Amino acid sequence: MELVLSPEETAFRDEVRAFIAENYPAEMCVPNPETDLTKEQMLLWHRILHKKGWIAPLWPKEYGGPGWSITKRFIFEQETTRAGTLPPLAFSVTMVGPVIYTFGNEAQKKRFLPRILSGEDWWCQGYSEPGSGSDLASVRTKAVREGDHYIVNGHKTWTTLAQHADWIFCLVRTDTSAKPQSGISFLLIDMKSPGVTVRPIITIDGSHEVNDVFLENVRVPVANLIGEENKGWTYAKFLLGNERTSMAGIGRSTRYLERLKKIVKAEIPEDDPAHLEFVRDIARIELDVLALEATELRIVAQMARGIDPGPAASLFKIRGTEIFQDITELTHRAIGNYGLAIREHPVSANHFMPGPDYGHTASEKYLNSRKLSIYGGSNEIQRNIIAKAVLGL
Amino acid sequence: MDIQFTEEQELLRSSVQRLLRDQYDFDARRKIVASEEGWSRKHWSSFAELGLLAAPFSEEVGGLGGGPLATMIMMQEFGRHLLVEPFFETVVLAGGLIEDIGSATQQATYLPDIMSGEKVWALAWSEGRSRYDLGHVSTTARREGGSYVLSGTKAAVVAAPWADSLIVSARTSGERRDRNGVSLFVVDRHSPNLHLQGFRTIDGRRAAEVALMNVSVPASQMLGREGEGVAALEACRDRAIGALCAETVGAIGELNAATLEYSKTRKQFGATLGSFQVLQHRMVDMFIAHQEALSLMQHLNLSLASNEAGRSRLASGAKSKIGYAAKFVADQAVQLHGGMGMTDELNVGHYFKRISSINIQFGDPAFHVLRYAQLDAAA
Repeated sequence: MELVLSPEETAFRDEVRAFIAENYPAEMCVPNPETDLTKEQMLLWHRILHKKGWIAPLWPKEYGGPGWSITKRFIFEQETTRAGTLPPLAFSVTMVGPVIYTFGNEAQKKRFLPRILSGEDWWCQGYSEPGSGSDLASVRTKAVREGDHYIVNGHKTWTTLAQHADWIFCLVRTDTSAKPQSGISFLLIDMKSPGVTVRPIITIDGSHEVNDVFLENVRVPVANLIGEENKGWTYAKFLLGNERTSMAGIGRSTRYLERLKKIVKAEIPEDDPAHLEFVRDIARIELDVLALEATELRIVAQMARGIDPGPAASLFKIRGTEIFQDITELTHRAIGNYGLAIREHPVSANHFMPGPDYGHTASEKYLNSRKLSIYGGSNEIQRNIIAKAVLGL
Repeated sequence: MDIQFTEEQELLRSSVQRLLRDQYDFDARRKIVASEEGWSRKHWSSFAELGLLAAPFSEEVGGLGGGPLATMIMMQEFGRHLLVEPFFETVVLAGGLIEDIGSATQQATYLPDIMSGEKVWALAWSEGRSRYDLGHVSTTARREGGSYVLSGTKAAVVAAPWADSLIVSARTSGERRDRNGVSLFVVDRHSPNLHLQGFRTIDGRRAAEVALMNVSVPASQMLGREGEGVAALEACRDRAIGALCAETVGAIGELNAATLEYSKTRKQFGATLGSFQVLQHRMVDMFIAHQEALSLMQHLNLSLASNEAGRSRLASGAKSKIGYAAKFVADQAVQLHGGMGMTDELNVGHYFKRISSINIQFGDPAFHVLRYAQLDAAA
C-alpha cells in the first residue's frame, strides 16, 4: 500500500531510495545492527545523513531540518526503514533535539543543536527510575539549587546506550512539596561530570543495551536547565509524544515478514503440515500490518491537512509492538530445533552457531522484543491513555 | 482425579526439595551455568547418592521402581529450580530407551553407570531439516563386517558436550523420511571421526552439532531391532513429554508466585500493581493456566505409568496445551515485572527462556496439536 504521491513526491522517493542504495555503509550490514556495532560504526550512517542534510527530518529548517512536508517526512521514514538502515540515535535527534529547540534558550540551542546534528554528542535518556516506571511523575532524583549549580542525587535506570553517551537529559525533582507533576525539572547533564556512574544491565538475550546511571552529588550548571524550573513535566510529555509516533514500525515489520517468508520456504517443505500453518500465520500478520499501515496512512493524510492526530501514537505503539513480537516469535518457531541456540555476547566469530545464517539472530530477537510492550510507556499504559483521552472513560 | 501420592513418593519429593533448596538457589545455578563446563558434577553425585538417578527405573534393571510418577515429581522440582544438569537427557531419554528396548546385556552394561552417576548420556535424533519428525533421518549406518559405519550430522544435541555416550538414530535402509529403516546406536562420544561443535542454548545449557564422519560402531551396540528405531523414539518422546510437562508446571508455578508477590509489593500511581483490575484478571488467567497444566500433567503421567493405549495421543495433547499455557504465563510474567523481567539478573527471564526452549524440544505446541488431531482421525 502506498500514499498517492505527486510527481515531485515520487521523484523524492526515488531519490531517497537511490541515496540509500549508494551510500549505506557496508560495514553496518551485520547480523544484528542493534548489538553488533561499535559506537563509531553506528555513527557512520548518521554522519552521511548529516552531510546530506537529511539527519533530522522532523526539525524546522532554521535549526538544520530539511524543511520537508509531512508526506515527504513519511516517505523518508518508509524508505529508510524498509531498507533496514539503522535509524539515527532517537534520544538525540527525535527526543532531546526538539525539546531544546522548542523550550530551550538561544544559548542552549546554539551550543547543543549543531552537535546533535553532527553526531558529536551522543545523548541518553534519564527518565525511568527503579521506583518510577509507568508512573514516571513519581521520579525521586533530586536537584537542589546551590548558587549557579544544581546538586543532583539519584538513580536512573533502563538508560539505553548510556555506555556511549556524552550527555544525559534528566527528569529531576526540584520541588518536593508540590504535586508530583509540578515539581519536576528538565536538566541536561554532562556524563563526564564527577559523580556520574554507569553500570551495565544485561538483558535476557545476553546483550548490553541498557544501564543503571547513578548520580551522586553531581554539580550541574543552572545554565543546563531547560525552560522553567518545575515545568519539566510539560517538556517530558512533549518528548514522549515524539517517542511514540515512530512505533508503528511498518517498514521494519514488512522487512522481517519478507525474511520470515524466505526462512519458511527454505526450512519447511510444502508437504509438511506445518507449512500451511506458517503460511496462514504469516498471512494473518500481514493483514495486521496492512491494517495498521492503512491507519497510519489515513492519519498522515489527516495531519497533512492540519488535523491533530490526538493519541494515535498510542494506537501505533500498541499494535506496532504486538505485531513485531508476533513476527519475531514466528521466526523463532520457523527455525525449529535451531531455536535452541543463541549467540554469545559480545559477538565473536570464534563462537560456533549451528544452522543457516538467517537463523542466527532469531533467538536473541525473539527474547529482546519482549521489551517492546514494556518500554516507552507499557502497552497497558497506552491503553489507559486511549481509554481516557479517546473514549472518555 | 487427583493423585494421592504414596509415602514413598512424598519422601522423594521432600528430599529433592530439601537438596535443591539447600544447594541450588538461583545464585548457585548462575555460577554453575557460568562455569567452564556449564554443569555441576558435584551436584550430579549428590543426585546419585540420593537415588534420584535410579528412582524411575524398574527394580528388574536395578532401579527403585518409581516409574513416570517419580520422574514427574522430580522434574517438577527441577523446573522450579531451573536445573541444568542432564537428568532429562541421561535418565529419561537414554536410560528410558535402554530400559525399554535394550537387550539384557546392554541394560546390564549401561544402566548401572547411569544410576550411579558415573556416565552422562545424550540423545542425537534431530537433524538440520528434520524439524520434529523422528523419522526424518539422513544419517546413514552401513554394515561392514561386525560393525556399522555411521555418517551424517545431528543438529542441536542438548548435553552432548557433557556426555560420555550418545544414542544416535541412523538409517539402515529406506529413504530419508521413511518411518521404517531407522535404527538406534550407542556411540561413544569420544569415538574417532566423531566431531562436536558446541554452543550455548537459550536456557543456559550446552548443546552441540554432532558430525559423524564414518564412525565405526560394533554391531552389538545397536539398540533395539534394526529398522524399528522410530517406534522406539516415539515411545521415548511420550516419556520425554511427561517429564517436560512436569518441568514446565514447576516453572509456571514459580512464575506465578513471583508475579503475584511482585504485584503485591510494587507500587505505581500510589497503589500496588495488584490493585489494578486489568492486572488482576491477567493473573487470574495465569492461575487458571497453572491449574489446568498441573491437572493435565498428572493425567498424562498416570496414563504413562499404566501404559494406557491412548497415552501417545494424550502426550501430544498435553505438550500442546501445557506449552501454550506456559507461553502465556511466561509472556505475562515478564510483562508484569516490567523492565525487571527483561534482566538477566532476575530469575523471571530465565524461566521464560527455559519455557521457550521446552516449547521447541520434541515438537512445539502447534506440531503437537496437529498430531493430537491426526491420531484421533486415525483411531
